[in-house]
Amino acid sequence: MSTFLGMPARAPKGVGHLRGDETFPQAARTALANPQLRRNLHHATTTIRNKSGRVIAELPDWQDLRAAGSALKAYTMGNLTSLLEQLEEKVTAAGGVVHWAADANEANRIVTDLVRATGEQRVIKVKSMATQEIGLNEALADAGITPVETDLAELIVQLGDDKPSHILVPAIHRNRAEIREIFLRAMPGVDPSLTDDPPRLAGAARKYLRDTFLRTRVAVSGANFGIAETGTLAVVESEGNGRMCLTLPDTLITVMGIEKLVPTWQDLEVFLQLLPRASTGERMNPYTSMWTGVTPGDGPQNFHLVLLDNGRSAVLADEVGRQALHCIRCSACLNVCPVYERTGGHSYGSVYPGPIGAVLSPQLTGVEDNASLPYASSLCGACFDACPVRIDIPSILVHLRDQAPHPRSEAAMMAAAAYTMDRPKLYARAQRAAKLARIAGRRGRGLPPPLNGWAASRDLPVPPAETFRDWWRGR
Amino acid sequence: MSSKDLILGRIRAARAAYDGSIPRDYRRSFPPADLNLLVDRLVDYKAEVHRTSDISGTIKMILGAGVVVIPPGLPRGWLPPDISVLPDESLPADRIAAADGVVTAAAVAVAETGTIVLDGSPDQGRRIISLLPDLHICVLRPEQVVASVPEAVARLDPTRPLTWISGPSATSDIELNRVEGVHGPRNLHVILLEAL
Repeated sequence: MSTFLGMPARAPKGVGHLRGDETFPQAARTALANPQLRRNLHHATTTIRNKSGRVIAELPDWQDLRAAGSALKAYTMGNLTSLLEQLEEKVTAAGGVVHWAADANEANRIVTDLVRATGEQRVIKVKSMATQEIGLNEALADAGITPVETDLAELIVQLGDDKPSHILVPAIHRNRAEIREIFLRAMPGVDPSLTDDPPRLAGAARKYLRDTFLRTRVAVSGANFGIAETGTLAVVESEGNGRMCLTLPDTLITVMGIEKLVPTWQDLEVFLQLLPRASTGERMNPYTSMWTGVTPGDGPQNFHLVLLDNGRSAVLADEVGRQALHCIRCSACLNVCPVYERTGGHSYGSVYPGPIGAVLSPQLTGVEDNASLPYASSLCGACFDACPVRIDIPSILVHLRDQAPHPRSEAAMMAAAAYTMDRPKLYARAQRAAKLARIAGRRGRGLPPPLNGWAASRDLPVPPAETFRDWWRGR
Repeated sequence: MSSKDLILGRIRAARAAYDGSIPRDYRRSFPPADLNLLVDRLVDYKAEVHRTSDISGTIKMILGAGVVVIPPGLPRGWLPPDISVLPDESLPADRIAAADGVVTAAAVAVAETGTIVLDGSPDQGRRIISLLPDLHICVLRPEQVVASVPEAVARLDPTRPLTWISGPSATSDIELNRVEGVHGPRNLHVILLEAL
């Protein structure tokens, strides 16, 4: 057996969508200046929060389910090697082929080669965070293969030549009028009298994709759960595009992050109660498909499972940060986050936006490549309360802030402040001097560099005209 | 070194361990399923429910004069005599898609969530037949209904292809509101048989 001695391996640069072009504050400034975007986000997140709250309140044992989900994920991370090998054995025994991909490049190569081997030029895709993370669509296109996204929101994003902005609803930043415009502009064969009535918009997508579903021989999916004990995979969805992709083609290729494991079949009883209520705010989502390898005469007769690392093992090596791997991608933390509600998903620069993205993306890439994300939060803690598997996101954020590069001036200032606060006389003098700081201007915008950097996204409190000590002495 | 060995080596080097137990304090024993609750939950997610013992009469009423696909093991007595039936013997997808509806049985139903589960048994058939037609009629016997998700998981066999269905095809992708009718059947009728 070989021993691994290297540094934790992060997701490689130059492939996939985990790193933005701008820092969070830069990107957020653009988003905040867009009132339509803010209206759309406010409306959508308010709707989903209310729906989710109602169906969660129906379960008297929600907190017990959360505790079980959290422990099951911790158990999975603690036994990952044996569970992965068990999954491989079961999938193989049921007629599937398992591939291991150390990073995005290897996963893209494996999938591209598998599609090439079928001779097909087009694949249908079920919405999958893992394949977005690794930039699979770009890799397939480079190889001359056309990937067709079949989820309604993904279709809106693809036709609009746009980027996803939410884990569950990638087109959350678009309202019905904008969706209608995109369809009229970019959907071949669309009825020109299409209105912005949501059932009509959904009907247009049904008509547009039906023939593609019936004629495409290869599908690519992600997986919500992979059950080690049985080799069973599960995809949770709403529209039926997932069922189409998992049922109609001859070949199915599923890309699954190694953290998506669930130990036993029985454990699904926990996650099938947590996920839909936290995610879309439904008692159960319309469709969940489960399959184990190949079923003769029913569904794809060739099944490939690609197990993806791409930085996950590096996340696992961090004692505080590893619980980010417990995420079941419900997006409840996005929907309750006051920062996400105002900046939207694009500001985070990664396919994983919102609070979970702010802790997951920097760990997958290494904190230095996403150094502004741990600060994209007010640490209010709403995400922790909303998380169905109790991920303590605020604690990970603080932990990552500690790891992010800090300017030397900040360390020097903190050291000076500590020295002064330890010495009462010095402190009193400093307070009197602070009154002079009123020249720093309102909110500290007039500070000289490098101090103005600190005040760029924070309000510097204006020092009072009289300190407490002065007031006490003159009482 | 293979990628498998590389990944497993990285995981071992990460030294994650869990020595706690799994707290299963959530509800795991349930009273008998409440059929009225099942009906309420199905209707809430826009399925149509018929409580009857007259299967063929109800199918006739729903379908009218259409063509219906059936799995090979569906009891023929369920079907009205004067209806066009297309038994699935490896039917091509185009023919299934062109049918007006499909009739299947079910494996399990969950009252609390309004869910029916198909497991590919002979009276339910291949997954494709309950997917392509725009109308799915599902016949459910009362003893197949359980109260909760844990009971359904316990009854099901994971080695079979399973489809959990909660209402007709829907999406939440437009402004996060549930809208019925995308790629799966837009009409779901559940015939819930009266207890004998």
